[in-house]
Amino acid sequence: MNEKGMTVIVKTVTRYISGLIFLFGLYILLFGHLTPGGGFAGGVIMAGCFILITLSFGKEEIEKFLKHKKVTFLESLGALIFLIMSFLPVIFGKDYFLNIIHQKFGSIYFKFLSSGNIIIYNIGIAIKVMAGIFFVFFILSITRVVVFKGDYKIVKRK
Amino acid sequence: MIEVITSLFLIFMILGALIALESRDLFSSIISIGVVGFILSALFLFLKAPDIAIVQIVIEILTLVILIRATISRDVCFYEDTREFFPFAVNIIFLLLFSIIFISVLKYMPEFGEISSKVREFYLKEGFKKTGAANIVTSVILDFRGYDTLGEATVLFTSILGAVTLLRRRAKNE
Repeated sequence: MNEKGMTVIVKTVTRYISGLIFLFGLYILLFGHLTPGGGFAGGVIMAGCFILITLSFGKEEIEKFLKHKKVTFLESLGALIFLIMSFLPVIFGKDYFLNIIHQKFGSIYFKFLSSGNIIIYNIGIAIKVMAGIFFVFFILSITRVVVFKGDYKIVKRK
Repeated sequence: MIEVITSLFLIFMILGALIALESRDLFSSIISIGVVGFILSALFLFLKAPDIAIVQIVIEILTLVILIRATISRDVCFYEDTREFFPFAVNIIFLLLFSIIFISVLKYMPEFGEISSKVREFYLKEGFKKTGAANIVTSVILDFRGYDTLGEATVLFTSILGAVTLLRRRAKNE
């Protein structure tokens, strides 16, 4: 039994529950154009899943599959998806931010693929928000505030 | 009925914010901030805005976790501050001044629940047909008001970049 992280109870519960939390975030994200929710809320819930794993297993466990470079890559990728999809109509000579996919394959309503560009915007925003919020948590949790000669300092956590 | 519930919630939120400001213990003030956020999300549910309620409750949970785990780490827990007379008097004077101005402006505000924008009817009528999204909020923020969302995404990206850069460099120098 390794000493990192929290107790066995928390670890077991996290093992069962983290996948379900990730799935719920995915649902909120992918059905954002039909039910309440959207890219931002879904991304934050998925980031919450990773934060739960970090809290209960320690930061070594999450670094095995979500390294710094990967997180920064994901954040930039999300922003780029959003930007490229918003510029796509300009290439075909239409207005900026026009919903061209819906205009081309229109007349489907209340279906999963009904809203054209909106689902792709949602996916981009969710990737960006997930990576960004997880990265901020990670950076904040490896640094700590200490009192040093009367004023506050930020140092790396041992 | 809805006015009574809304004002009750608002009073509780103001109380929570005051406790968060005035308590000496940082931990209890963070808990009070959490109370404010959860009451706000319940208020959004009562005002029939489930999209914002979901975002608010999720962000509130994450903020509490981040504030408790990452910023309070058994080191800086108590907050010492002595209140002097002159800044306190200036605060009170400005508070009175701004409340007089605010109350005199308040009668020009629209009534609670009154429709004040004309563009809203266009969104409700045409939003579903033009974008195909059954959720009108999503169709507005990602299609009609796409520029705003782009700006929001830029702000989030830049702020996260700034936070990460600042904290990382300090930690490396130590």
